[in-house]
Amino acid sequence: MQPEKPIVIRKEVVRRGSADEFLKGLWRENPVFVQVLGMCPVLAVTNSAINALTMGLATAFVLLLSNLLVSCLRHYIPPQVRIATFILIIATFVTVVDYLIQAISLEIHKSLGAFISLIVVNCLILGRAEAFASRNSIGRSLLDALGMGAGFTFALLCMGGVREILGGGTLFGVALFADNYQPWVVMILPSGGFFTLGAWLLLFNRIKQRQQRKQPRLQARLQEMGSEQ
Amino acid sequence: MKIIASDKQPAWIVYRALVGVGLVCALMIVSVFLLTLSAIEKNRSEALAQAIFTVLPGANTKLAFALTGGEHFVVADANTDASDAEAVIHAGYGAHGQLIGVAIEAQGMGYQDTIRILYGYIPDRQVIAGMQVLESKETPGLGSKIETDKSFLKNFSQLDVSLTAEGSAIKNAIVAVKPGQKTEPWEIDGITGATISSKAVAGILRASTRRWIPLVQRHLQVFHAAGEAHSDS
Amino acid sequence: MNSDSLWEVFINACLINNFVLAYFLGICPFLGVSAKLETASRMGVAVCVVMLVSSICAYFIHRVLQALNAPYLQLIAFIVVIASTVQLVEMFIKKASPTLFRALGIFLPLITSNCAILGVALFQTNKGYDFIQSIVYAFGAGLGFMLALILMAGVREKLALARLPDTVEGTAISLMIAGVLSLSFMGFAGLG
Repeated sequence: MQPEKPIVIRKEVVRRGSADEFLKGLWRENPVFVQVLGMCPVLAVTNSAINALTMGLATAFVLLLSNLLVSCLRHYIPPQVRIATFILIIATFVTVVDYLIQAISLEIHKSLGAFISLIVVNCLILGRAEAFASRNSIGRSLLDALGMGAGFTFALLCMGGVREILGGGTLFGVALFADNYQPWVVMILPSGGFFTLGAWLLLFNRIKQRQQRKQPRLQARLQEMGSEQ
Repeated sequence: MKIIASDKQPAWIVYRALVGVGLVCALMIVSVFLLTLSAIEKNRSEALAQAIFTVLPGANTKLAFALTGGEHFVVADANTDASDAEAVIHAGYGAHGQLIGVAIEAQGMGYQDTIRILYGYIPDRQVIAGMQVLESKETPGLGSKIETDKSFLKNFSQLDVSLTAEGSAIKNAIVAVKPGQKTEPWEIDGITGATISSKAVAGILRASTRRWIPLVQRHLQVFHAAGEAHSDS
Repeated sequence: MNSDSLWEVFINACLINNFVLAYFLGICPFLGVSAKLETASRMGVAVCVVMLVSSICAYFIHRVLQALNAPYLQLIAFIVVIASTVQLVEMFIKKASPTLFRALGIFLPLITSNCAILGVALFQTNKGYDFIQSIVYAFGAGLGFMLALILMAGVREKLALARLPDTVEGTAISLMIAGVLSLSFMGFAGLG
């Protein structure tokens, strides 16, 4: 009986840990809204929801594969050349994604343009390879990449959705309003990208502040309740 | 001995890592490139064919021609090396191999960035029969109307580019006029809210037709002959 | 081949399609190094230099790869060659002029992996510019970057004295300012 208990506990810890590995990228450490990483694609290709989605998926794909390979090779890469090898690996996968997208649809490739190639300099991917994948097991690196990729895609969709609805009155190309809706063209233009991201960051700052303000109050109330009892 | 060994070890590891990763990456890139090559080329040629057949109504086969030496057109198929050609244009043929017209690509500066267009020239009637925007980054909702606006695109279904009697120049250069003020067959009705973009399209066409139409007209025989040879084989 | 005149290429890269305000390339240094006017202008000069160097590199890489018929190596070659060339330039400056190195040096490694640098290489290749056009394009892009950075730093220096609600402090307000700058740069469209 006795030796079983710690094993169960350890399993639980690991399981909670791995779920957390995935979820942290989605919300608590969201690469765009919290860490403010990889701004170029976030602003440049989010003038429609479909572009945003493709870009998010392409980035997530590169992130997943490069995290996988970096994690596999982490014992064989000496620290002196690690950045060089990481960049080489990332550039390879970006080239692969570039060709895959061209094979699937030229239309999408044309609308994303050179920004697919520019995934290579997205600090998010190099950052995850350096900070996480080169130090953790393959499984955890994959989970981390999935979470971060999903978080990045989610953030891009938030941007693209808002900009497309306001700037064109459509979402994924489907008209949402009646014909007399006057689109707010500025939102699809470059400056709209800055405004939308600024507004999202404002929202996140506000949420964070409210949580911080709530926390001491909550603790104080808990203490009060404790002392009353 | 020990010092030499510990000095050698890292160097060897560094080389192994770099060469190994390089090999893996090279293998991956080349294999994906080869795997996707056929699909990408199919996509490209389909997009091109679709664009050519839109600007040349009635055409259903096409041949590419390369311009060499500034004056000679040769059929550019997979066998010929097109790298020394100055430009490539496409001729569209009807069901019996008769020449319908020639599709020419042109580009120039728009309001925001370079605009690339494809237009179809019908030598029999000396008109432009269609125009398609291949690439533009004009303001969405305003300048981008040059791609979608029906009444604007209708300008290009019968746009006069007839040549002077001796055939060396275009009689009336293409111009853009204010919306709804088109009176002559060589004028283009502009778009409200996209004046600069529609003028840019007219300018690109004007420059391109000045160069190409007399040239094509002089060598019409080459296009006719190639079409007959193509339909015989 | 692209037939745009050099003036068109320059105005296009510098003002109409400003790398920061229209293409969103190099946002990280734009937000990170734009707090002080002096740092911003030094950073701008460094970016100009690196852009010119990488544009020349990119032109020759493109020619070599065309000759080798290996377009799939383009991205890797750009990244690797540009990064190493910038390292070489850095070493050279360190030896040749320590004062210049002190002024620009710390920025050089920072911008090597900047998307604006790779952007210049990719865009000039996509547009099919020849050698002179490429150099003019890179120079215009660099100047445009510097202009945007200096404008931003000017606004932010004033902003440091203003009272702001703490929700908007930091990146949020910088992005809003960048949006207004970008809006005003739209007025340059149609110049070319």
